[in-house]
Amino acid sequence: MSETPEEPTGPRRVIGTPSPAPKAVDTPTEPGQAVAFSAEPEDTRHAKNAERVVAVLFIIAFFAGCGFIAAYVGLEVGISTIPKGANPVVAALRSNLALGTALSVALLALGTGSMIWVRHLTPNIEIAEERHDLRSEPEDRKAFKREFAEGAAISQVTRRPLVRRTLLLATAPLALAPLVLLRDLGPLPQTDLRYTVWKKGLRAVTLGGLRPLRPADISTPGSMITVIPEGYQDDQDALAKAGVILIKFAPGELHIPTNHDGGTLVSTMNWTIDNIVAYSKICTHVGCPVALYEQTTHHILCPCHQSTFDAANGANVIFGPAARALPQLPLMLTSEGYLAAASDFTQPVGPSFWERG
Amino acid sequence: MSDDAVKMPPALDGVGGWLDDRFHGAKGVRVLMRKVFPDHWSFMLGEIALWSFVILLLTGTYLALFFQPSMADVVYHGSYTKLDGITMSQAYESTLNISFDIRGGLLMRQIHHWAAIMFMVAIMAHMIRVFFTGAYRKPREINWLIGIGLFTLGMIEGLFGYSLPDDQLSGAGLRILFGVFEGIPIVGTYLMFFLFGGQFPGTDIIPRMYILHVFLIPGLILALVTAHLFIMFHQKHTQMPMLGNTEKNVVGQPFWPYFLLKGQAWFFFIFGTLVVLATFAQINPIWLYGPYTPLAISSASQPDFYMGILEGALRMMPSWEINFLGHTLSLSVLIPGLGIIGLFFTLAGLWPFFEQWATGDKSFHHINDRPRNAPVRTGVGVGVICWYLILLLEGANDVIADRFDIPLYTVTWIARVAFFVVPVGAYFVTKRICLALQRKDANMLVHGVEIGIIRQLPDGEFIEEERPVTAEERAVLEAKHVFKPLPTEDQVDENGVPAPAARGPLGYARKLANRAFTETVAIPDHGDGHGAVEGNGHGEIEGGEHAAIGGSQEEQQ
Amino acid sequence: MSSIISRRRHPAAGYAAIAGGLVAAGVLYSTFTGGGASAAAPAQDSTQVAQGHSLFETSCSSCHGLNAQGTAQAPSLIGAGAAAVDFQMSTGRMPAKELSAENDRKPQTEFTQAQIYDIAAYIASLGGGPAIPSSEMVSTNGADTALGSELFSTNCAQCHGFAGAGGALTYGKSAPSLNASTPTQIYEAMLTGPEAMPVFGDGTVTPAEKRDIIAYVIDTRNEANPGGFSLGRTGTVTEGLLGWIGGLGFLVLIAMWLTAKRRDHVKGESEQHS
Repeated sequence: MSETPEEPTGPRRVIGTPSPAPKAVDTPTEPGQAVAFSAEPEDTRHAKNAERVVAVLFIIAFFAGCGFIAAYVGLEVGISTIPKGANPVVAALRSNLALGTALSVALLALGTGSMIWVRHLTPNIEIAEERHDLRSEPEDRKAFKREFAEGAAISQVTRRPLVRRTLLLATAPLALAPLVLLRDLGPLPQTDLRYTVWKKGLRAVTLGGLRPLRPADISTPGSMITVIPEGYQDDQDALAKAGVILIKFAPGELHIPTNHDGGTLVSTMNWTIDNIVAYSKICTHVGCPVALYEQTTHHILCPCHQSTFDAANGANVIFGPAARALPQLPLMLTSEGYLAAASDFTQPVGPSFWERG
Repeated sequence: MSDDAVKMPPALDGVGGWLDDRFHGAKGVRVLMRKVFPDHWSFMLGEIALWSFVILLLTGTYLALFFQPSMADVVYHGSYTKLDGITMSQAYESTLNISFDIRGGLLMRQIHHWAAIMFMVAIMAHMIRVFFTGAYRKPREINWLIGIGLFTLGMIEGLFGYSLPDDQLSGAGLRILFGVFEGIPIVGTYLMFFLFGGQFPGTDIIPRMYILHVFLIPGLILALVTAHLFIMFHQKHTQMPMLGNTEKNVVGQPFWPYFLLKGQAWFFFIFGTLVVLATFAQINPIWLYGPYTPLAISSASQPDFYMGILEGALRMMPSWEINFLGHTLSLSVLIPGLGIIGLFFTLAGLWPFFEQWATGDKSFHHINDRPRNAPVRTGVGVGVICWYLILLLEGANDVIADRFDIPLYTVTWIARVAFFVVPVGAYFVTKRICLALQRKDANMLVHGVEIGIIRQLPDGEFIEEERPVTAEERAVLEAKHVFKPLPTEDQVDENGVPAPAARGPLGYARKLANRAFTETVAIPDHGDGHGAVEGNGHGEIEGGEHAAIGGSQEEQQ
Repeated sequence: MSSIISRRRHPAAGYAAIAGGLVAAGVLYSTFTGGGASAAAPAQDSTQVAQGHSLFETSCSSCHGLNAQGTAQAPSLIGAGAAAVDFQMSTGRMPAKELSAENDRKPQTEFTQAQIYDIAAYIASLGGGPAIPSSEMVSTNGADTALGSELFSTNCAQCHGFAGAGGALTYGKSAPSLNASTPTQIYEAMLTGPEAMPVFGDGTVTPAEKRDIIAYVIDTRNEANPGGFSLGRTGTVTEGLLGWIGGLGFLVLIAMWLTAKRRDHVKGESEQHS
């Protein structure tokens, strides 16, 4: 393209190229050469202004730091120390806000001051440092190899394979020992994952209220409630497998298929009572409580990974990563008419595992 | 220079002499003082991670003075009166105490958690920078691997950290951990019974995570960070392609005092940002989640973001289980839970070696690449980022469905399709954009830089005036590594043996990879007419002469 | 007349004609349908039920049927109970403006509370059903928020979120946020199980337990956020977004400031040239 008679206009920032501000030095100084530095920046008036700004910022930081200590001393938290009737959450909010604001101001003022200091008070110096070859000189490498091999030969490790091999043999069990020591971290699973604490006649009680339920208590179609085995409310390990949801259907809506897993019966209408069905609350995907029940679609949705089960149809999977239906708990009525388990689940609850079958 | 400015204060003089007598430091420390750290804003991302880690150690120590790592039950009668009378673990109770009964406790907790978030954010941003500038190339492959190790450890450390308070949200995460790992063939159930000391939840997991979280893993991280920094120090930092920067030098400001002053400013800003976040942005409000019980769960249950791709993978996977001979292989859990993350880290770790294999490039690289000059690398990087983001967003699919009124399953289906389609598409689009940018650079070298003045020629045509490229701009535009061609099958060495790496299916794969990697727009001769595009047949070659390959890089082979 | 015709080309003429037509149609309609009490309603022993019946006929029967027996568009309301009516209408969900996956809470200005009670009484007279709770039943005085938190997290949080911020359901439905619900509405929702929500009858969640849950919800939503802005109380998603965009974004800007080339202020002539 033709040259223009005028000087090229600029500086114009072109994306992808360095900014047009001048470099501190034209060419880097020769590496190793002693460079004459001046501690004085070129423009003393500008530097004096910058110095004042930095000082003001550091003084602000000082006061903010004192403010932090004052806020700590002055603002109490906790019901035992705040005035009676005061809200402990609001007290925590005030204290957090005061301490945090003071600390933020102090740190940001220190940061800004340091920034202006390094950018406006120091002279603009750039130097070059030589990059030595990372690769060593060939003579050094050769010497290294020779000395290493000599040392290895002197140690007899290379010359006496019997010693070498028996040493390895000796250390092998000791290397395994730390792993072996970890064995007692926990019990072997054995059959623990196959069974829950539910058994024949064990009543279902509500969580929280710990009340046993009669079918009349869950009479409205579309009702759902979480229940646990009676007496186990403090046993987290038991609850983590034994939690159950009871769902009440309108007559004619429930169609539990009669399914077998291998030779074992795993779902049937016979296990329901008065159109109330009991499913395990532990998702068969990775074990979250599967708790969202949509009355209108009769879907049970697990909020963790959206495995969806059809409660009217034996809780079989209709979407999501779960691979098996929720296990159904056989229900019976006790002599007083309360809902209870007729037996344990007939298949393992919760996520799949290798030995599951 | 004036004398008074350069005299050592007498006190320091005495101490310095005392130390030098014992440690022989004068010459070595002089080298250190003159060490140069090149300046670019993207070089500061790793330091965010470094200082965040320091702050994690400091705030973590404070928290450890008050936290009780025990799952023993207590009845709560503390300051958060809404939960008065509830049975909870000591871990949860002590966290409530820290938040509501100890002055500064909530602030320390929130600084600690925000620092963990920024630690992982900075690691990822730093990793992305290193990747796109090719700073993992020889001699820095080991540092790349150490970085990946730090990434993994950071994820695990964060997972254990937010699980310590034993609240509803993190407890659900532990349940998922148990569920995923128990699905591992043969050893899964044993592994989990050993880790948890029995069935889930047991009473051992919190104290065990505690010792891992406050001692073992920070120790490992500290060791790896030290190695990471030492290697960087010893090999010297890379620098951006600029006039005056060569493979044989490092240009910048001397360590003493500039790096220390800048480090001071940067540390205060990082710490200040964390405290601002901790003051004004509530994080991990465990009092709202409630103590962990195995039968409660909330909607919008997500782990901290750095675990998000695991969450997304688990949600995206359709159901798939194989039953045989009395055993169950739960692929809908194993593939997303372990396969995805294993694949990601393995491929990331192998990448420098794969690139070396594909390009045949064994030279040292101390000058960073501009991303446009490495189209395959940049395309792969963008594709991987897209893939990561798709998984991350799917992990938040119920929040997205709720906020944006999109049906829940539709979000998952979109993610399932995008998982395969978007990264591939992004790769191709990015690669083409890089090549186009290279063409623009070549154009600029030949024609000059447009300066925004439009002139009308006598025949009516409008042209934009240009100025020639300055020396500084030229240095950047010409900074492009020129690859040596790989030995081909028909090439033989002095004994008549064909190159082994060029033969067979692996050799063919290498040839294909090499062709992709070396597709580039050549740097044109100075003002010698139009440059030609090589590699894919587009563009013209003028007058029978081949396009000149220029290069201002020296190569060490 | 001629004054109207002479202005027929006035710019506002078209608007005036339409406005006149609408007014005429409205006047004619109200003349022939009549407002207030309908003479066709059968005699009831309670004026509330009668008033409710006529309101029902005008506002609800087109979807729910003239005798509330239900149609293809809407379910039967016989046995739905007064509580359901009060809930659906006081939250503005009913009368439904469109048939969609679910009805969201809307500002309710069409009916006074008295009119809603009338319709509720009418529906209750058809087939019983859950009654509107009294103010003692929904009072939070002396309620056990600790038990309420346990019950809420087990039975409610999976849909409504740990702090009642709401959550996604399937097929475009969602569990709404509880921030605008009155204690009465919360009670009624539990009792009647509106739309996709399951029913938590008094047999499964006793009235006292319902009060505890209500107290927990009210307490939680009124509670201050001691850690700063709550970021929506939806958990870690917003936290991660803020860390990346706010935290990293701010720090990148600072890093750019820190490493920007210094335009040094030199006095005299510059030794540097580009």
